[in-house]
Amino acid sequence: MITIALYITIAMVTLAMLLNVYRLIKGPDAPDRVLALDTLYINAIALIILLGITLGTRMYMESALLIAVMGFVGTVAMAKYLKRGSVIE
Amino acid sequence: MQAFAEYLIAGLLLIGGAFTLIGAIGLARLPDFFARLHAPTKATTLGVGAIMLGSVAYFTVSEGQVHVAEILITVFLFLTAPVSANILAKAAMHIGVARTPETHGNPWDQ
Amino acid sequence: MFARLGFPQPFLSLCLFLVWQLLNDGFSGGSVVMGAILAWMLPQLTRNFWPERPALLKGWLLPLYVLRVLWDIVVASISVARLVLSPRKPRPAFISYPLTLEHPLAITMLASTISLTPGTVSADVSDDQRILLIHALDAEDEQAIIETIRSRYEKPLQEIFL
Repeated sequence: MITIALYITIAMVTLAMLLNVYRLIKGPDAPDRVLALDTLYINAIALIILLGITLGTRMYMESALLIAVMGFVGTVAMAKYLKRGSVIE
Repeated sequence: MQAFAEYLIAGLLLIGGAFTLIGAIGLARLPDFFARLHAPTKATTLGVGAIMLGSVAYFTVSEGQVHVAEILITVFLFLTAPVSANILAKAAMHIGVARTPETHGNPWDQ
Repeated sequence: MFARLGFPQPFLSLCLFLVWQLLNDGFSGGSVVMGAILAWMLPQLTRNFWPERPALLKGWLLPLYVLRVLWDIVVASISVARLVLSPRKPRPAFISYPLTLEHPLAITMLASTISLTPGTVSADVSDDQRILLIHALDAEDEQAIIETIRSRYEKPLQEIFL
């Protein structure tokens, strides 16, 4: 039963990522695109965790943690760039 | 594996996937940027949190040993989601992105 | 008592210890020893970077507040999900919320809480830290939202922080 639930969940998260890509392409403003990228990396973390469950390994935990940290830094850097025109003043 | 644990894990995974999907639908169909900001900060964060809890339950039950590293990621996401929402809202107000005409009130000028 | 034992910031030490346990995937002998060393050493090394002590007045109320916020996050997500899936258009609004909290950390916590709970995202703080600008996704009664935030989140935070 877990296997079926796992595949349904993976399909849902993949669909969610496709919708995020739609928003990423459509825009219409730069903050929308940054928001789409932000949601995209959070969904990528979910997908990696689901992959880890599917393969029955905990090897992917570190990469999920790294994506969480790096994604947040990236979002903040891009938002800062939009607001000020430079990342580090 | 016990039936109860299986139901719990499957339920957590499905709830998480559903909330993630709803967050993405909100991001795709809500009318303006500030409305779109709501869906990822709340629905997606909770959805990923539920998936993480499902993973914690799965590995704890299947390996008979406590695994909690996912909770760290969940806590990190819950801490950072409001910060990125706030900084994006500031950037959007600074740029002056379009708002739907139904919006009451105005953001003040910087 | 904690300061004399080499723990200038007991709360930070506790957080470091717990994070190390989480990073190590659960308790084990080695992780407890290493976590204790880190919890002792890092606050010592970074002591000069913390300009003032955090003004926690009643720190033991914090877990209660976190539990309440966690519950509200679940409720908030369900209400946002219903709004996203329902065909009617939301009525967004910008609300100016007059702050009574003064400590910057308390204001940060309130702003984060508002962002994670029903239908509101905190957008900006005025320069004198008196007014919080909130964007509400579906605001029927703006005054009701302000009252809810005040009684449900700001009052407990006021008790916890100095």
